[in-house]
Amino acid sequence: MIVEIGHFALALALGVAVVQALVPLWGVSRRDAALASVGPAAAVTCFLLVAFSFLALVVSYVRSDFSVENVVANSHSAQPLIYKVTSTWGNHEGSMLLWVLILTLFGALVAVSRRSLPTRLRAGTLAAQGFVTVAFLAFVLLTSNPFRRLDPAPGEGQDLNPILQDLGLAIHPPLLYVGYVGFSITYAFAVAALIDGRIDAVWARAVRPWTLLAWVFLTLGIAMGSYWAYYELGWGGWWFWDPVENASLMPWLAGTALIHSTVVMEKRDALKVWTILLAILTFSLSLLGTFIVRSGVLTSVHSFASDPGRGLFILAILVFFVGGSLALFAWRAPLLRQGGLFAPISREGALVVNNLFIATACATVFIGTLYPLVLEMLTGDKISVGPPFFNATFVPVVVPLLLLLPIGQTLAWKRGDLLGAAQRMSAALVLAIVSGLAVVAIMRGGPVLAPLGIGLGVFLIAGSAWDIGERVVRRASGASAMLSRAIGLPRSAWGTAFAHAGVGLSVIGIAAAAWSAEGIGVLKPGESLTSGRYTVVLETVTPRKGPNFTEDVARFRVSAGDRQLKPVEAMKRVYTARAMPTTEAGIRTDGLSQVYVSLGEPQGGGIAVRVYDKPLILLIWIGAVVMAFGGALSLTDRRFRLAVPRRAATRTVIQPAE
Amino acid sequence: MLIWIIFAAMTAAAVFALLWPLGRGGANAFAEVSDAKSLYRSQLAEIDRDFGRGLIGGTEADAARAEAGRRLLRAADGEAVPTGDSEPALRRRRAASAIALSCVPLFALLLYGAQGSPEQPDQPLSARLKSDPSQDFALAVSRIEAHLAANPGDARGWSVVAPVYLRQGRYDEAARAFAAALEHGGANAELLAGLGEARALAAGGVVTAEARQPLTEAVKLDGGNARARFFLAIAKEQDGDSAGAIADLRALLVDAPADATWVGTVRLRLEGLEAAPSTGASIAALPPGEQQLAIRGMVDGLAERLKMGGGTFAEWTRLIRSQVVLGDKPAAREAIIAARQRFADDGAALGQLDALAGELGLREPAP
Repeated sequence: MIVEIGHFALALALGVAVVQALVPLWGVSRRDAALASVGPAAAVTCFLLVAFSFLALVVSYVRSDFSVENVVANSHSAQPLIYKVTSTWGNHEGSMLLWVLILTLFGALVAVSRRSLPTRLRAGTLAAQGFVTVAFLAFVLLTSNPFRRLDPAPGEGQDLNPILQDLGLAIHPPLLYVGYVGFSITYAFAVAALIDGRIDAVWARAVRPWTLLAWVFLTLGIAMGSYWAYYELGWGGWWFWDPVENASLMPWLAGTALIHSTVVMEKRDALKVWTILLAILTFSLSLLGTFIVRSGVLTSVHSFASDPGRGLFILAILVFFVGGSLALFAWRAPLLRQGGLFAPISREGALVVNNLFIATACATVFIGTLYPLVLEMLTGDKISVGPPFFNATFVPVVVPLLLLLPIGQTLAWKRGDLLGAAQRMSAALVLAIVSGLAVVAIMRGGPVLAPLGIGLGVFLIAGSAWDIGERVVRRASGASAMLSRAIGLPRSAWGTAFAHAGVGLSVIGIAAAAWSAEGIGVLKPGESLTSGRYTVVLETVTPRKGPNFTEDVARFRVSAGDRQLKPVEAMKRVYTARAMPTTEAGIRTDGLSQVYVSLGEPQGGGIAVRVYDKPLILLIWIGAVVMAFGGALSLTDRRFRLAVPRRAATRTVIQPAE
Repeated sequence: MLIWIIFAAMTAAAVFALLWPLGRGGANAFAEVSDAKSLYRSQLAEIDRDFGRGLIGGTEADAARAEAGRRLLRAADGEAVPTGDSEPALRRRRAASAIALSCVPLFALLLYGAQGSPEQPDQPLSARLKSDPSQDFALAVSRIEAHLAANPGDARGWSVVAPVYLRQGRYDEAARAFAAALEHGGANAELLAGLGEARALAAGGVVTAEARQPLTEAVKLDGGNARARFFLAIAKEQDGDSAGAIADLRALLVDAPADATWVGTVRLRLEGLEAAPSTGASIAALPPGEQQLAIRGMVDGLAERLKMGGGTFAEWTRLIRSQVVLGDKPAAREAIIAARQRFADDGAALGQLDALAGELGLREPAP
């Protein structure tokens, strides 16, 4: 019965969402707080209903209830429990339900954050969020209902796509969705501001934590997806400029720009129109990603079972929300009060430059992703836009941005001193050049750009460290004074430093890929293969049986020069239910580098083996995690705990300087 | 019944949650100004703090304070007059309540009513395993499948599951299962006949060369095997030997035991053949007369449509197969030639057409 109750709860949630969309909007337009107060109640109710519905689906999966069509199509009774749970969102219908769950979760969070949000803005935001919820609930219920039943029930399920039977599925989609959907809140904020015709620093301050939250999760989600692709797909790449990856990169870039522009808006009451536009575009790009992935315009691991009806529905949602909000923007934005002008050489000026570069980078990804799709639609020609395009367009935009980053970071608000900032950064620059030269001296060879990349990464890290150091080690003073100053620095300053240093780490990791090596050979037990710094020796190949698969396990000894590392196992699996083979790469981590062993087909008594030496590759993801940590740190900045005078009173106590 | 009570309770709870804030009354105006004030006040404090730490100079701090002050004043401009429990406000509340009361149940019932199955209970696997397995046919089949996946050499298991597949219309799987049963258990007339039938049905009712071979073997092992004899008779009919087919089917009826369930099928087929002896054409298990005309009309229609252009590859193969079943080999040959031209630049399709022509015995003499 729980299946049917879950189904009914979902339908009920749609009705509640309709109320959430209409009544608070009416309240805002009539300035009636009683009507507006329906918004929070509806948002929380809606979340509870969708959460129940989602739980009902999870329960059906865990209990292998094969009277539910969705469970039959994506689950198997022999799966381990964890994969039974993750199978819930390892398919189109279930993942859409997860999407809606997170959407309503954000609505509920906005609803309960009484303190930090002006009530009027909250009501408008919840109404806008309500419209998005209605659209997606209707999409789920009408085109992708996960609660469709089968009678009689089959005896066994068809199993989950083997590539998705991995711990990554437990982590990557939820993180990514929190990121994607989190931007729906900033979108809702922007729409609320446009409807209201008022936008000010209060708005910027209210929006910023949500943007940061979404950005942090999106960063982690993308990094996790990239690592998952790296270890699961078996060819050792970590980013393919695949349209689906680009679909997540575009909102990330726009969101990054948005984080920076809201700072300007909050501090200087400027860049309002641009910030609103960015907030709309960021979520629009999230929706575009959803459309690309779900409509079947392309095929990939992510494109589940796609059908044109769904694509059309999402296209309609996309057109309504993007078109509607942009029309609203065109109509209302001129009414918004513009902030004052400001000097080009200043922190805000630097942030504008940042926004320009990031927006351009985002546009190049956009063109590279959509052009082939549009071209195929118009002429039927299939072209593939791959790494060469992005290396030639994306990289040249990003590199100058990163070069300017440490300088902009130290500029003062309002009126900065470019020369001074540059001077302050000279130490970091020297350090960067020295490390670049050192790399050249040690590695002797490799591409020219790689040492430059390393130098750039070092520049970013050193620049961030220098910025913090300079603020702490001001005027000669003792260690305790420095410590207290370090603690006293706003968390957002630390957050900025960490996030920018994280970019530096990733840049180093990416640059170091230039020295990666690949070895391919057909090995019999006892034979060895060398790739870069590492040598692997095939020891044994043995068959093994898993819960719902059989596999051949190849065991390798790994050594780096004279050093012996722990052995590594690489597998070739066949999942019985779908009779589908997969490869499980064997990865041995050595410091920040990795040896990556992947199996090919058996050939002439041996087995084809590919071995990669991936120097410093972990830095790519560590950098992303550090970036996310910086964002999280910034999120805890006390400036966001807004607005209660009581708090302001306690704050004066901590500040002896006043 | 219980489930409808639960649904009603859920709906009532949801509606109540929406109506509750409306009924509470309370503050009617937005606290905009106090919100703005506290923001700018904390901004002023921040400026002081930065100034105290020496992060900004005196003039900058003064300028920043002045700006924050100006913004505070601007925010205070937007002060709204509290509406109170005025008549329009009350009317609005009533209307909002009406929206909540009508929207929520309406949407829920419409959407759930269209797709829900309130009568169907949960069927978790563990509960199904505990109940009588003979009641749950699908579960029993999948247990055997799981058993066979682990022990693919179990001939008995294959021979149990193969007829089930055949009955479910999963002909390819049935053919595989019969073949596996034969491979691991040795020759057996009934299994061979089943393999032939599965292959013939998988080919859309055409007794292909592939299907013929096990059928012939089955008759060799057991001359009285009705299933094999029936399909071999159909094979004769396909080859244009209507008289032979009729004779074989008659013989089959003569040999039939009194309680045979398949007699009806054979008799239908026989009547169809006898009704249209001149062309030797008939369609499986169809009474003569109008129905047959209708089928022919449909095939002709398909041929006409494909000739006009368009049509998928699957439609072309269906047309060719249908024409063979109707006994119209020259037309099938023409269709193959036309399809070859249509899919001239599709290597895979051409390969499939060649295979199809071989299977149906349509390979045309070299020009």
